[in-house]
Amino acid sequence: MGAIQAENLRKAFGDVQALDGVSLDVPDGAFYVVLGPSGAGKTTTLRAIAGLEKLDEGSVHLDGLDATRATPAERDLAMVFQSYALYPKKTAFANIASPLKARKLPQSEIRAAVERVADLLHIERLMNRKPAQMSGGEMQRVALARALVREPRAYLMDEPLTNLDLKLRVEMRTELTRIHRSLGRTFLYVTNDQVEALSMADRIAVLRAGSVQQVGAPREIYERPVNRWVAGFVGSPRMNLLPCRPEGGRLVGEHGWTLPRPQWALGESGRPLLLGLRAEDLSLDRRDESASLGGELYALEPLGDRTLVDVDLGGTVIKVKARPSIGGAPGEPIQVAVDLERAHLFDAETGDAISR
Amino acid sequence: MAGIEITGLHKRFPDGTVAVERVDLSIRDGELFVMLGPSGCGKTTTLRAIAGLERQTDGHIDIGDTRVDDLPPAERDIAMVFQFYALYPHLRTRDNIAFPLRAEGLREEEVDRRVTEAARMLQLEPLLDRRPSRLSGGEQQRVALARALVRQPRAFLMDEPLTNLDAEIRADMRTEIKHLQARLGTTMVYVTHDQIEAMSLGHRIAILNKGRLEQVGTPMEVYDRPATLFCARFIGSPPMNLVPVELQDDALRGSGGLALHAPDGLARGQAVVAGVRPEALELVAPGDGAVPARVVSEEALGDEVIYVVETGGQDLRVRMPPATRFAAGAAVGVRHTGGAPPVYDPETEEVLA
Repeated sequence: MGAIQAENLRKAFGDVQALDGVSLDVPDGAFYVVLGPSGAGKTTTLRAIAGLEKLDEGSVHLDGLDATRATPAERDLAMVFQSYALYPKKTAFANIASPLKARKLPQSEIRAAVERVADLLHIERLMNRKPAQMSGGEMQRVALARALVREPRAYLMDEPLTNLDLKLRVEMRTELTRIHRSLGRTFLYVTNDQVEALSMADRIAVLRAGSVQQVGAPREIYERPVNRWVAGFVGSPRMNLLPCRPEGGRLVGEHGWTLPRPQWALGESGRPLLLGLRAEDLSLDRRDESASLGGELYALEPLGDRTLVDVDLGGTVIKVKARPSIGGAPGEPIQVAVDLERAHLFDAETGDAISR
Repeated sequence: MAGIEITGLHKRFPDGTVAVERVDLSIRDGELFVMLGPSGCGKTTTLRAIAGLERQTDGHIDIGDTRVDDLPPAERDIAMVFQFYALYPHLRTRDNIAFPLRAEGLREEEVDRRVTEAARMLQLEPLLDRRPSRLSGGEQQRVALARALVRQPRAFLMDEPLTNLDAEIRADMRTEIKHLQARLGTTMVYVTHDQIEAMSLGHRIAILNKGRLEQVGTPMEVYDRPATLFCARFIGSPPMNLVPVELQDDALRGSGGLALHAPDGLARGQAVVAGVRPEALELVAPGDGAVPARVVSEEALGDEVIYVVETGGQDLRVRMPPATRFAAGAAVGVRHTGGAPPVYDPETEEVLA
């Protein structure tokens, strides 16, 4: 059992409103990710739920019961941090067993629990080794095993992969997904890395400046961002945002480009808009006279499986995802076909998405 | 402007540590050349030797027609850029760019001339009298670059200049560096541990490991055909699948039944490791001649989905378009769609064919 409801969490540190009314509804068994840049209030949210931070306002319910005033121990939640300090003189087994030993569990129960997580993390062969005899990735797994050896109501994870190199992070993402599925328990996970959020979460809450911008499945967040800020934060490369204005049946851009106005945006009056185009919804191969943007090649960035083509529209540079074999020199004229079905529009003033 | 020749470079520190075993490099005039490797591979030591900040134990360095082994840094006519610092918020663009020149004690007419020249080159003229708060993010980055590049040396040497910037700005700066280097045409040697930076910036990339060169090539050469297993693991995210296979009946076969086109030149029964990029595999409904596999995880990244599937006791990563939906735990088929993959000798870890 591990449902978590946070209601209208508010917390100020001096003049800084760290949490400005954060509400989260985490279903039992979910892999729920709180995503935001540093300073958004992610860690404070997690600490408030764990009972490590006193709130100015708001409530925390665990499995339907009010836990707002409960001590951290009473809440029965396990915190997993980004640092993975192990006891250097203890074996992996003793390191993993330490939280259970502290609870004075019987020896046989401790052994069974350690073996269970060792199996889960594929680290059986490390059990008798000390940290000095392990690689960084192995230490990370042992530390994770130590955090997972208890069976609390839910696991709260604070950027546990931040200090790993890229290769290990990619591996551990898969590993955490696998572990989550086999444990079947709630993971509440905070990160500033949108790739981690998209790849692991079944629900994402996007947090900015102490308030929740959007909650949804990864695909929803990516395909239907509710405002320009979420649109820019989620996805790599970041969504191209082009200032424009609706004029009759067309959108007219800052630098003189025009595109047909999507059917669903015909109700918009003349107020300034931002046209949002993801790199993969633009094409250099497709010919589309009716919906295309003319510019100059600015730079080519090969990434292996694709090449990002930077196109200068006359002051604004946009990124287009293209096939890896594409070539060209800076300054060359270039036509970019736009898939308007997949375009986004935002109010330039408020930043809110124009709904379809 | 000048090319850089490095011959038999070797560097041992007084404490006995060997930072560079042996490096030979021929960096062309006007090239954006990237040295890539993990920490401790010798890339920064090599760069510092070019700059003259470190005296090599053995070997030679030529910049253009000049052998620079015995020249102090100041006489090598190169500019070392360690980091792109944030702009001074109270200074106008003009003064931000002029800052390093004034710090060098240049006469004001000379400062003016250089700033005007840099601004013209980087199309910053209309912005010269604005303060950073009145510049867009992209404009601020161009000013930061202009400040770093305002000197006009024969070559720029850059040591992980983007490391301390956040992801969003890094991506924009990458674009700007690539564009500006093409415009200026000045030789640039760029050191990084970030393979995405190396791929997207470099005309050519040198991959270093433990003080030795593993491979030198264009981004696509290095990506399509890594010279060693080290390079295969280092380039690409998610990384190449490294699959133990054997040559049987003109095909490479793995333990799960995966069959790959065999390159020429292998002996029957020879055990090798095939390097298969995630985009050279595809998932299909089970059956249909595909290798049976089970989905371990699905990572929907927006513009693509990375599946991890298990077959024959091995995890394989498969890159698929965003619309595909295979649930975790589902039985699927996996198929190789590319041509013959590069294969590696498991002992020497070098590419065979």
